[in-house]
Amino acid sequence: MIRSALAAFLLATVAPAAAQTVAITGGTVALGDGSEPIPGGTVVIRDGKIVGAGVGIPFPRDAEVVDASGKWVTPGIVAGFSRLGLSEVDLSADGTTDDVARNGPFSAAIDVAPAINPLTTTIPVNRADGVTRAIVAPNVARNIFAGQGAVIDLGADMYPITARRHFQFVELGETGANAAGGSRASAHVLFRNALREASELRRFAVPVSSSAVPEPGPEPVVRDPNESRLIGPDARRSEDVLLTRFDAAALVPVLQGRQYLLVHVERASDILQVIRLKREFPSLKLVLVGATEGWTVADQIAASGIPVIASAANDLPASFEQLAATWSNVGRMRNAGVKVSIGMIDDNDTRNLFNERQYAGNLVALQKVPGATGVSWGEALAMLTSAPADAIGLGGQLGSLRSGKRADVVIWSGDPLEMTSNVDAVWIDGIRQPLETRQTKLRDRYRDLTPNTLPEAYRR
Amino acid sequence: MIRRGGALILSAALLAGCASNPPPKKAAIPVNEDPYPSTYHPYPGAPTVIRGATLFDGEGGQVDNGTIVIADGLIQAVGGPETPVPAGAFEIDGTGKYVTPGVIDVHSHLGDYPSPGVESHSDGNEATAPARPDVWAEHSVWPQDPGFSRALANGGVTTLQILPGSANLFGGRSVTLKNVPARTTQGMKFPGAPYGLKMACGENPKRVYGSKGGPSTRMGNIATTRATWLKAAAYKRKWDKYEKDGGDMPERDLAMDTLRGVLAGKILIHNHCYRADEMANMIDMSHEMGYKITAFHHAVESYKIADILAKEGICSAMWADWWGFKMESYDGIKENIPFVDKAGACAIVHSDDANGIQRLNQEAAKALADGRRAGYNITDAFAWRWLAINPARALGVAERTGSLKQGKMADVVLWNGNPFSTYTRPDKVWIDGAMMYDARNPRLRPVSDFELGQPGEGDVK
Repeated sequence: MIRSALAAFLLATVAPAAAQTVAITGGTVALGDGSEPIPGGTVVIRDGKIVGAGVGIPFPRDAEVVDASGKWVTPGIVAGFSRLGLSEVDLSADGTTDDVARNGPFSAAIDVAPAINPLTTTIPVNRADGVTRAIVAPNVARNIFAGQGAVIDLGADMYPITARRHFQFVELGETGANAAGGSRASAHVLFRNALREASELRRFAVPVSSSAVPEPGPEPVVRDPNESRLIGPDARRSEDVLLTRFDAAALVPVLQGRQYLLVHVERASDILQVIRLKREFPSLKLVLVGATEGWTVADQIAASGIPVIASAANDLPASFEQLAATWSNVGRMRNAGVKVSIGMIDDNDTRNLFNERQYAGNLVALQKVPGATGVSWGEALAMLTSAPADAIGLGGQLGSLRSGKRADVVIWSGDPLEMTSNVDAVWIDGIRQPLETRQTKLRDRYRDLTPNTLPEAYRR
Repeated sequence: MIRRGGALILSAALLAGCASNPPPKKAAIPVNEDPYPSTYHPYPGAPTVIRGATLFDGEGGQVDNGTIVIADGLIQAVGGPETPVPAGAFEIDGTGKYVTPGVIDVHSHLGDYPSPGVESHSDGNEATAPARPDVWAEHSVWPQDPGFSRALANGGVTTLQILPGSANLFGGRSVTLKNVPARTTQGMKFPGAPYGLKMACGENPKRVYGSKGGPSTRMGNIATTRATWLKAAAYKRKWDKYEKDGGDMPERDLAMDTLRGVLAGKILIHNHCYRADEMANMIDMSHEMGYKITAFHHAVESYKIADILAKEGICSAMWADWWGFKMESYDGIKENIPFVDKAGACAIVHSDDANGIQRLNQEAAKALADGRRAGYNITDAFAWRWLAINPARALGVAERTGSLKQGKMADVVLWNGNPFSTYTRPDKVWIDGAMMYDARNPRLRPVSDFELGQPGEGDVK
């Protein structure tokens, strides 16, 4: 997203300063923090931030007033786990997929940020359906470590990165076993070995406090003082290493607890192994991804304090590591005290993130199904907004309409957890977004098939 | 139905044999066209009345404060509160609830790509040659696939067509099932439902065979498909003559048997095809070779040629919002289903997915909302055709199921709210009048053999 200084500059050149303040009035406002919706609320945006949201929020007389009467206003959806922006077309379309490097030499060192294409058609399609941010992870190739993921915004500009190299992604279940040569045991040895190699290099790293100083400007270069030292001539390594130096160096921030480690596992026993890792390596900032069988060990997850990004729509034994799959997984974990959010793990993760709200609605539906465990409406929305942001430590700036948060705001025609509701307006960092997509253009070209004086190719 | 046809042909051949003088030919021996017959039987059900619910009849109609009577496996009456009900019937208060015909999915791979999706279970594509009309999906279906129970309990699916995959130009015969668990696939087969034949155009066959001797292009796809139809026409002439005149039985060819069945109008064509231009090619091919396409499946670009599809009387089985996962799905739009409907063509919501089949009602809701936003203002009840009578027509079973009409199979779902809401789930499901699912009764929740003794056995999924 355009940083606020540049945004202010751009706006100043094209619009009066007053345009920076927007008051959305009269709608049903849901804050996204787990609370229930507030009828007749106001949301005030200024300089890209939320100023206030609720009943009777004052706003300056020169604010642009947007009437949301009869509509719903929420924070934008934060896609909890995705490959958004990494692929245009998934299959047999040369040059359009960047989610995985099957024949490359690197693993943990991979950083998805340079591969994110803000102009890929998947971004406007999801933006037009209320998705404003996404957690983007690479896919694993030949190593259990997939590389470093980013948090992006879906704004219509060339600056998609909210947080670069924000987390490392590792597979420790069935996929990890395959990447490790065929067994989970091998995956766990590879994991420990990787951290050993990183710990060797940690000696050469500078203290945590002086790390990652961004340059000012729209897309800062993160000059991490660790890196030059870790790859310099003094940073000696043992001779029996498996990882490239770049890969080992990339795991130093994980080991130092400066970078989140997202771990994909599904099976109950695999989840418990991840919890044990936390005891073995207390500095790790772990997040569980998937956790289909999490409900069976929910108390242990809750006690560990490790947040979970789960697939909500998951009720089949799709693999032997998901035998206990049930829609109630999310609700049962939540009731046990686990911090749960919703992602699209092993789902349409490159392009259909907009369906997360359908899944959240289905979780609400479970409240009426005997024997199932659902979640309240407010919690369901939070699992799409503040909870994923909290899971990766960005809850201070993203995911709710609390004052001071980035102004990612959506106006919906109705209840956003009903798929019959559509998006009326989207702001990202306080900037009103276009909702036109390649799909809407195709729709408009073909909505009337009556022959015309010129072919369809002339209609646009 | 198919058997009866065979019997007629046989008696005609006998008569012809008697009428002619020398030399007396051997009469044609009939071929058994149903060698793996259905052994499905409806389970017992109590006479049941649901009162006070909103009914979508599946053909576009709606009854508020409706009454529906189920007995002897059939729908006995549908109407308002004044509808007479039999004495002693089990009465259900449907106030605030909705009743619809059971959801019908025309495109499923449950059983032939079952859960768990391990290699040993991968039985949907006989990807060893591009034309395999000889294979039958029912011989791959594993009736213990846990997916059937999810489709029932979460999706209200009562009838579904299991298709072979789309690796092949001719993928093989489909099978239509009642969603009632059984030890054998024969025990699930919808009695008397016609067979379908899966065909495919576009990317999948050329990708699979590009490195296996071809076809490797779309033009190669078409050429191989046409050549196969020409063989089938010759085979049909030979066998038609034999059945009419008798004599020495020609050699049987299982692949050609299937194609002959298509050319005779007994087997319905279900054609995997995404792009508008390719559908147009397949339509011309059907005219050239003398068969009818019943439905295009996936049909992501049907909205571009909805007028042609209406004229040809071809259904489109579509997703609400899948798009872009390959080039031939790149032009997917969210208004595809309503735009096809608006043009007067037959629109169907399909799943092709073990998860999607559990919420076809919600997929229809998305399409309905997007259609309304684009100016196509239809009622909820009218949109329910996409899940009911339209797929029933595409499967050739519309006379027997697919709507809430007196005398039809009592395939019925009671929903705990408006089924176009994400907050709604099936409350009860009847198949042929037998209650096969009840959200309030854990004993009425099927658990497949595979799930016995596993974590989560019998859980509300």
